Amino acid sequence: MSTSNGMKRVVIEPVTRVEGHGKVTILLDDQGQVHQARLHIVEFRGFERFIQGRPFWEMPVAVQRLCGICPVSHHLCAAKAVDRIVGGENLTPTAMKMRRLMHYGQMFQSHALHFFHLASPDLLFGFGSDVAQRNVLGVAAAHPELAKQGILMRKYGQEVIRLTAGKKVHGTGAIPGGINKNLSIEERDFLLEDLDQMVAWAEGALKIAKDYTVENLDAVAGFGSFDSNHMSLVRADGAMDLYDGVLRAVDKDGNVIFDGVDQQDYLDVISEEVRPWSYMKFPFIKSIGPENGWYRVGPLSRINACDFIDTPLAETARQDFMSLTDGKPNNITMAYHWARMIEVVHSIEKIKELLHDEDLQGENLVVKGKGRREAVAILEAPRGTLFHHYKVGEDDLVEQANLIVSTTSNNEPMNRAVEGVAREYLSGQEITEGLLNHVEVAIRAYDPCLSCATHAMGRMPLVIDLVDADGNLLDRKGKDTGDAC
Amino acid sequence: MPASQARILLLGYGNPGRRDDGLGPAFADTIARRGIEGVTVETDYQLQVEDAPLIAEHDVVVFADATVQGPGPFTLTPVEARGEISFTTHSVSQGALLALARDHFQSKAEGWALAIHGQDFDGFGEGLSATAQANLAAALEFLTPRLEQHRIHDGA
Repeated sequence: MSTSNGMKRVVIEPVTRVEGHGKVTILLDDQGQVHQARLHIVEFRGFERFIQGRPFWEMPVAVQRLCGICPVSHHLCAAKAVDRIVGGENLTPTAMKMRRLMHYGQMFQSHALHFFHLASPDLLFGFGSDVAQRNVLGVAAAHPELAKQGILMRKYGQEVIRLTAGKKVHGTGAIPGGINKNLSIEERDFLLEDLDQMVAWAEGALKIAKDYTVENLDAVAGFGSFDSNHMSLVRADGAMDLYDGVLRAVDKDGNVIFDGVDQQDYLDVISEEVRPWSYMKFPFIKSIGPENGWYRVGPLSRINACDFIDTPLAETARQDFMSLTDGKPNNITMAYHWARMIEVVHSIEKIKELLHDEDLQGENLVVKGKGRREAVAILEAPRGTLFHHYKVGEDDLVEQANLIVSTTSNNEPMNRAVEGVAREYLSGQEITEGLLNHVEVAIRAYDPCLSCATHAMGRMPLVIDLVDADGNLLDRKGKDTGDAC
Repeated sequence: MPASQARILLLGYGNPGRRDDGLGPAFADTIARRGIEGVTVETDYQLQVEDAPLIAEHDVVVFADATVQGPGPFTLTPVEARGEISFTTHSVSQGALLALARDHFQSKAEGWALAIHGQDFDGFGEGLSATAQANLAAALEFLTPRLEQHRIHDGA
């Protein structure tokens, strides 16, 4: 339909209303220049409907159906909320440490997989390199040890999850008010066997990410980059904390927007805007408003928001990272990769710390207290801050749920990144392979969760439409992986 | 199991919380319940790189997944090892997995893709559509005896 300024508004077609892919629409103005670029993610509709009417105690297991990529994050976030509903939020040391171990295992495997098998081809071969080489097998051919490390790091993290959650997929480890198992001595020793190797490989990955960013700073500094606010959980003393803490937001210069916000009070500081062209909401910081209150989440924002990291290798890396921008927040989109590898190091350091903690063999697994009918839980998932908010009726069924996933928070930033790349790399009225690649690279930096859902064969994971000022489709390009995407 | 029999891995994947996307796990779960000797069954939401070393422990891998298109209730086609980069998901393709298993874990496993035609992929919800259930039954009827005989394909 037409807009007041003569542009054509692109309407999401029914065919795009499927899960598991992204669609980018680039809208040109009368002069053929990029007027606007939008990333459509239609992943998340139906979350609340899926949850409503189910018993609250089912949530930690049921919500894992929402996402095939980070079910552990949903499992733990729902468990934290349900803890409060049963009055069991003050977990025993064993329960808390088992859950944290599970969470660090998830963070470790997720970040390692993203880096070695999705990001490293871009970094090692360059954004514009031949797509025939710029893939995981290209990495395997040119850097066989790196590719194998990625597989085995991922496998290690999955083993941590299996031994804490009960199984690799659809785990049941976290239960209302605690955990349903501890870690046996045999399980601990099994994980200790490869631990030092994992630490060494994590440090190696960190070095690759750092060296890439520093050595290519001229090229990456402006790529899909922009100043932004950043938000994450931090521990009460300002340390990075991926499992629990208080909300903190800082602006592009590091000035505190809010700090110490209790998780239960998130609606005091965060609101969500609905836009007609997207099923995804656009969260923003209330005190700033929807226009400028958008923010980024995830590894980059967590490093930017925290005061320090409480593990030595990661803290040294954080200081190194922050020195690049003189201690102020780093707003380089491609620096997400470096930040992600700092968190890989932090996660494996935390796993090491926990595996040497005898509380993991404790027998006191569950607590209960005075229940509530409403609870909020916030967790730092691999891709960023994850919110679960439940209201439960007298019949113990979930009446209302609000979930804000990290990709939703990064919705506006990803749109901006895509628009910036489109302005720089679109030439003429054709979507070139180069443009497609660069758009991919910009989106991939955020590690968005586009495939929580169906991945059935025949779906295209990325489609780019180029539309002129009259609404005519000038070009369409997509990437079809051939089978499962 | 006789030493000469092929070691078969059945990987059923998809999200049972997304309606017919759960066809792959549903197929795998049914086969698992039948307990066919020499057939290892795994389910997951998506294929992942750590499946590569598991594939390398077998002679044949069957990938069971839902498909949104294709002729008939299901198709069974060979999978070639090949490299590709996925857009931004954390899943890998069948061909890439075979290639990773070959290149890093000395795998010689042959791959087969069982694509079962689904109908309802929109929204959340458990349970298969009637069409998907019928197609699942057809796929089970076709492949179960082949798994029992350790011969996936007439020529294999």
